[in-house]
Amino acid sequence: MTDTSPAPVADAVTVASSGATVEFRALRRSFGTTTALDGLDLTVRPGELVALLGPSGCGKTTALRMLAGFEHPDSGQVLVDGEDVTKTPAHRRDAGMVFQSYSLFPHLSAADNVAFGLRMRKVGAAERRSRAAELLELVGLPDHGDRYPHQLSGGQQQRVALARALALRPRVLLLDEPLSALDAKVRTTLREEIRRLQRELGITTLFVTHDQEEALSMADRVAVMNAGRMEQCAAPAELYDRPATAFVAEFVGTNSRLPGRLTDGGLVEVLGRRLPAQGDVPAGTEVDVLVRPEAVRVDADPTGDARVVATAFLGAVTRVTVRLADGTSVKADLASSEAAALPPGATVTVSLPDRPVLVTARAV
Amino acid sequence: MAGLTGTRIRPWRGVVLAGAGLYFLVPLAASVIFTVDVPGQGVTFDAYGQILKAEGFTSSLLLSLELAAATIAVVLLLMVPAMVALRLSAPRLRPLVEVICSLPLVVPPIALVAGVSSVLRWGPEHLASTPFFQTFVAIQNPAFPVVLVLTYVVMALPFVFRALDAGLRAVDVRTLVEAARSCGANWPAALIRVVLPNLRGALLNASFLTLALVLGEFTVAQLLGFQPFAVWIVTVSGSQAQLSVAVSVLSLLVTWLLLLVLAAVGGRRPTSSASRK
Ligand SMILES: Nc1ncnc2c1ncn2[C@@H]1O[C@H](COP(=O)(O)OP(=O)(O)O)[C@@H](O)[C@H]1O
Ligand SMILES: [Mg+2]
Repeated sequence: MTDTSPAPVADAVTVASSGATVEFRALRRSFGTTTALDGLDLTVRPGELVALLGPSGCGKTTALRMLAGFEHPDSGQVLVDGEDVTKTPAHRRDAGMVFQSYSLFPHLSAADNVAFGLRMRKVGAAERRSRAAELLELVGLPDHGDRYPHQLSGGQQQRVALARALALRPRVLLLDEPLSALDAKVRTTLREEIRRLQRELGITTLFVTHDQEEALSMADRVAVMNAGRMEQCAAPAELYDRPATAFVAEFVGTNSRLPGRLTDGGLVEVLGRRLPAQGDVPAGTEVDVLVRPEAVRVDADPTGDARVVATAFLGAVTRVTVRLADGTSVKADLASSEAAALPPGATVTVSLPDRPVLVTARAV
Repeated sequence: MAGLTGTRIRPWRGVVLAGAGLYFLVPLAASVIFTVDVPGQGVTFDAYGQILKAEGFTSSLLLSLELAAATIAVVLLLMVPAMVALRLSAPRLRPLVEVICSLPLVVPPIALVAGVSSVLRWGPEHLASTPFFQTFVAIQNPAFPVVLVLTYVVMALPFVFRALDAGLRAVDVRTLVEAARSCGANWPAALIRVVLPNLRGALLNASFLTLALVLGEFTVAQLLGFQPFAVWIVTVSGSQAQLSVAVSVLSLLVTWLLLLVLAAVGGRRPTSSASRK
């Protein structure tokens, strides 16, 4: 079964909710000896979509569940529109949530699933029906109200779950890896749709994902987490171009590590050049320099001491892996037309543009 | 490959089914024939007529049904919240609870009765006029012996535990409860509106097993001196061979009928209210 294309958001007004400000203040939470959150701070502005990005186990879900009210911090506060909701029970948090696993109520039809919250609020049957129909139309499933969850595809189930989460016009929308169980094509369509809906409704949204592409393509800002802490929260372009820490640089996008030496005046010597070091500089003089593949230049040079070891065609660009004289391997993205002249085995020279570079402690 | 094995297995299926069918049906048919075919009189339903007229038939059957209903209600009220809580907040305690709930299987009913009756006999004279003692008397009221319900609840634990455990494993209770709560349902509402409907099959199974247990239970009731259906059957049929077999056939039919009723009541398709016309 394929996912039907969405209806235009004609009825958006009736679903629109005023976006709220969400604030995490120094959230801490341990489970036994595991520290899931280690002093998390984050502010989400009204109507903004912030993606929580990080490796598995870094505390993303725990943070989200604290906002939903399913998890309670050992210390710290959760504020929504300035109001401390840390002790408010989940059913009064006014937050719609879409879960990672399929979470529709199996005994209810799609329409009844969407109307469940309205039923809890004692909304009359007629209004429940019309709201459910409206919401199902909004998520592109106008004719699926009578279907039961087991009669829907994975993508359709998550659409219904989204409609259910929006039914009570929540102040905040929480999405915990809602697309991770879906296949690649549905995932891409659905993420565009979630983004479109979120924009039109202006609802403050926290989106948890471990997929950097998903985070970068959807979010207003991406909050990169590591071991229960926030590493950096910035717009996708800034995160990619000016990562605040080596962790962010390595987690977002591809990097090669080149051996470098710190010299006086905050300069780092790498590939025979002296470039300014960016951000925090580690102790010691022997460091690694992190470079993006698109920042690396590779030129054919019969006298060069570097050698192409592999090429991978990626469409418009080709990723070329080069081995330097000292054995370090560097990845470079070149226009495919250019790369055609560099078959594996070709001798080349590698150079970097004259721009600040990120340095990190030397990997052992 | 699969098709090949399939065709090879199919005739065996029939043989096994026929074998099992004969194993059950032959004794049953023999019993029925024995009760209706009186030598010299031909086919007659006299034996069944006698049962219905015999003293205590209705009252003992009603008592058994009341006991079964009460046992099912108590054991489910006790076990459903306990099992859901166990699953949500202390899944590691499950093996312990499983062992405890299985104990009644290893304790023979006769030992259970010995324990129950010695507890009931206990109590010093000077407590005779206290509510404590009166409770002891009240739960032994022959019209509705609460003590039997309590004992049956214990005896049903192993079956109810297993039925509910299987049901809870089949659904993601945590996510369902959390989804319900994020839709504005408080705890009781989440349990009643979301968890219970998805445990329908498990609840039905637990009720089935408990019903069958209570209707067939003889040892405890007999030794404590009460007269539900199973005890009555033995009492009434005592020396009359034909009557006693007729009673067994009838009790089998009654049990089947009740299980069918339960299945019909519990097995309805879920209805949809928001989309109902
Ligand atoms: N209920 C829990 N009990 C024990 N440990 C937990 C629990 N929830 C989370 N954790 C632990 O906390 C850490 C963070 O988990 P989580 O927030 O789920 O990470 P993420 O969603 O980023 O993958 C993990 O090490 C996880 O094992
Ligand atoms: Mg997670």
